[in-house]
Amino acid sequence: MLRLVVRRLLQLIPTLLGLSVLLFIWLNRLPGGPASAILGERATEADVARINRALGLDQPIYVQYGRFLKRLLDLDLGTSVQTGQPVWDEFVLRFPATVELSVAAMLIATAVGIPLGYIAARKRGGWIDVASVSGSLVGICIPVFFLAQLLKAAFGDIFGTFGRQSTGIDATSVTGFAVLDGVLTGEFDAAWDALMHLVLPGIALATIPLAVIVRMTRASVLEVLGEDYVRTAESKGLERKVVRGRHVLRNALLPVVTAIGLLTGSLLSGAVLTESVFTFGGIGSFIRTAIDARDYPVLVGFIMFIAMIYVLINMLVDLAYSVIDPRVRVH
Amino acid sequence: MPLLTVDELTVTFGGRGRKDVRAVNGVSFDVDQGQVVGLVGESGCGKSVTSLALMGLLPSKGVTLGGRAELDGTNLLSLTPSKMRDLRGRDMAMIFQDPLSSLNPVVPVGVQVTEILQRHRGLKGEAARKEAAHLLDRVGIPDPTRRLKEYPHQLSGGMRQRALIAMAVACAPRLLIADEPTTALDVTIQAQILELLKELVDQEGTALLMITHDLGVVAGLCDQVNVLYAGKVVESAGRRELFAHPTHPYTHGLLGSIPRLDAPRGEPLHPIRGSINDQIAWADGCAFAPRCDRYEMECLTGTPELTEPRAAGHHARCANPVLATTEVPA
Amino acid sequence: MSLTTTASKIDRLAQLTARTETASGASLWREAMRRMRASKMAIIGAVIIAGFVLLAVIGPWIAPYSPTDQTWRGEVFSNRGEFVGARAENWFGLDHLGRDLFSRMLVGARQTLLVGVVSMLIGLLIGAFVGIVSGAAVTLGGKTGRRIDDAIMRVTDILLALPSLLLAVSVAAVMGQSLTTVMIAVGVVQIPVFARLLRGSMLAQGGSDYVLAARSLGIRKRRIVLTQILPNSLSPVIVQATLSLATAIIEAAALSYLGLGNPDPAVPEWGVMLSAAQRFFDNEPMMSMYPAVGIVITALGFTLLGEAMREALDPKLRG
Repeated sequence: MLRLVVRRLLQLIPTLLGLSVLLFIWLNRLPGGPASAILGERATEADVARINRALGLDQPIYVQYGRFLKRLLDLDLGTSVQTGQPVWDEFVLRFPATVELSVAAMLIATAVGIPLGYIAARKRGGWIDVASVSGSLVGICIPVFFLAQLLKAAFGDIFGTFGRQSTGIDATSVTGFAVLDGVLTGEFDAAWDALMHLVLPGIALATIPLAVIVRMTRASVLEVLGEDYVRTAESKGLERKVVRGRHVLRNALLPVVTAIGLLTGSLLSGAVLTESVFTFGGIGSFIRTAIDARDYPVLVGFIMFIAMIYVLINMLVDLAYSVIDPRVRVH
Repeated sequence: MPLLTVDELTVTFGGRGRKDVRAVNGVSFDVDQGQVVGLVGESGCGKSVTSLALMGLLPSKGVTLGGRAELDGTNLLSLTPSKMRDLRGRDMAMIFQDPLSSLNPVVPVGVQVTEILQRHRGLKGEAARKEAAHLLDRVGIPDPTRRLKEYPHQLSGGMRQRALIAMAVACAPRLLIADEPTTALDVTIQAQILELLKELVDQEGTALLMITHDLGVVAGLCDQVNVLYAGKVVESAGRRELFAHPTHPYTHGLLGSIPRLDAPRGEPLHPIRGSINDQIAWADGCAFAPRCDRYEMECLTGTPELTEPRAAGHHARCANPVLATTEVPA
Repeated sequence: MSLTTTASKIDRLAQLTARTETASGASLWREAMRRMRASKMAIIGAVIIAGFVLLAVIGPWIAPYSPTDQTWRGEVFSNRGEFVGARAENWFGLDHLGRDLFSRMLVGARQTLLVGVVSMLIGLLIGAFVGIVSGAAVTLGGKTGRRIDDAIMRVTDILLALPSLLLAVSVAAVMGQSLTTVMIAVGVVQIPVFARLLRGSMLAQGGSDYVLAARSLGIRKRRIVLTQILPNSLSPVIVQATLSLATAIIEAAALSYLGLGNPDPAVPEWGVMLSAAQRFFDNEPMMSMYPAVGIVITALGFTLLGEAMREALDPKLRG
């Protein structure tokens, strides 16, 4: 197990290196180059020259890349143009909220998606099947930001329209995870409030993963139902729940677990859109304003950050897979 | 009274918007206590469907069953699903063709054995594990306690089939159905598995319904043989009688198409021409007629009856049967 | 036996056999087409797409007003925040600048289709090229081939690791704000998807028996790749192309929402219209609803057709 972890971590290195090269090229290709990226569009010539010297842009390109890489390794992602704070600090401050939102979305998507997909497969052609298949097709066709807007307009009165920072409830921050903090400090009203504010953005963000999980579970269960080993289990006269749980679901969920991992990585994209509709105080909202402000250090930092998370999640999925699928362990 | 009586069994696949296909078209045969009965035919003749129908393993939607199938006086076709569940694995068990795909890849072999012990014999925990190890030992799997913890992919092909047999005999069923149990195995392993089945049948007095396309298996194992073609029994006889005097042109052809070492060099094989797809509806005549060298005008008018043209107890469904022994090729 | 009885015997047999004749030997694509025609999903999808394409072609001609005509500007500004809803002369009402929404929807269909098709083609053509190089390299090239393939796949891995929206944002940041940017940004996101798909499909085909058979007949590898493997690997790519038309239209709308879309207000496009309308959602939800419904239905059309194609081509589902 440990060896697998180490091997996967080593495989991370070339991916992140390659990404840093791409980002470096990208930064140099930006209109006006890094200088105007840092100074904004109203920089004077003299300022640009000064910054260029300061950044070592008069140096050969490989020296520049070396410095860029060194800064990345030091987790020095530069300074945000908008706030003047180090980008890394901004991320650490806002990340818990986004994690909370993503976890909420993933919980909704799996808790609804797996049972729904399973029932759809069992009652193939029935109304639940037709409804969930067409529902998930429509789900992936609705632009996320518009769905968020719709939810906000329809249910905003019940759950509160705006992000939790604006509710005025005095909450103590321990971990940065608002719901968890509320529970830890005994401020249950704050925890409840934070939870309520997760509902709508959570649903909006959950739509696409939900649609994918429903369809994957359905397809996977249908495939497993036709497998010989399910017939064997039936031929043994086992109770229905044993056949379903041990023989059908345990096999059918294997590909779904992989999908859930991959979807978690892509949730962050959706978070940018969802958070900005609900002015949720996470990384997503911050990135939205960074895009508007052409805050390039934040964008570069975010891309590296996300790539790292994505690869880490992939690793976790692989590890989880090796635990639940005995066939993988041997190889 | 026979242990299993199958009488005019029909299985029809159909459903919304699809043309009905009758896969089993009035099959009748008996299996006595401790008897080994063969159900022989090409793929697509309905032999596997027959076995699945008996086990109640066909999907409930889009399948219509007809006729009668009684195990010890209980009509299998009219039992409720939950009664059928109680019966399966306890009174009748089945062994399937492909041992790898028939075992759950993510559940240890041991659990797959103990779960049936728990279901029908109420054994739990250590007692179940002990019994499972004993069963694996009995079907010839060495080091059974270790094997119980392993997963199917860690076992060899022969061992997997032995494990499946262990599950099938776990509750000492009175009827064992084996659907091509050796087809997916190496030749050397095939012989071992057949040997094991024979042994179990002899020791336990279990009746065995052997479903196969392999006449070699039939010759080595079966007491009574039923030859199926296009969903109907076309010939039925004791093993010796059938091999000595194949009477239906189809059986005749099957035996003639086997290469024989004792045949003179250069002797041509006698394959049956065409495939099972070349057939006519039984209602119109003999389904085998398009592939038959002996068909006559009367073969094309209505279903031929099952008669005893040669000897008592030797049934054939043919209007123009092969009666002269000299005609057996090779 | 007389000749006539033999002849009538044969006739009778032929007649009876014909009755139970089973359809076989249909080619993969003909079989797929047959299943598509029987699939409700495919028919609904095709009808939606046909309607959408028709709209894109004739939309600008049948629009009652010019999409840029701000005739009712005064009316919008005089009742601040109160939007003029649907009425006899403006079927869908007016937008925030006093333009006729119905006309903008009709004219916008063409731009929306253009964005979808061009983005998809960018992803498809470049991605397919990369995929072919990679797939052919593995099949043909031995050790060097595998290295080339490895390098290419590493790069696509990196691109796949990025959330598509951010990749598009990065492209848009370099290229500035324009419709071309949106199309390139959305297309670039699809490149690694197509590349991986085609490569995977080619490798799967490369291991199949007919390739082995062709090789044992002494046909040159290069020829096998081009005439056997490639044509047989294309079906998942075609399915993906159909599906990615839907995602392209949705992603383009998202890019517009993030302020990276086409800034030119003279050219209406559903995604741009939808994001522009978000600001006014609380006062005038219908202004968002028209382009949103347009986008959802169109995307649904492509998705339905794509999914139906996938099902029709799936050998596992064939029965």
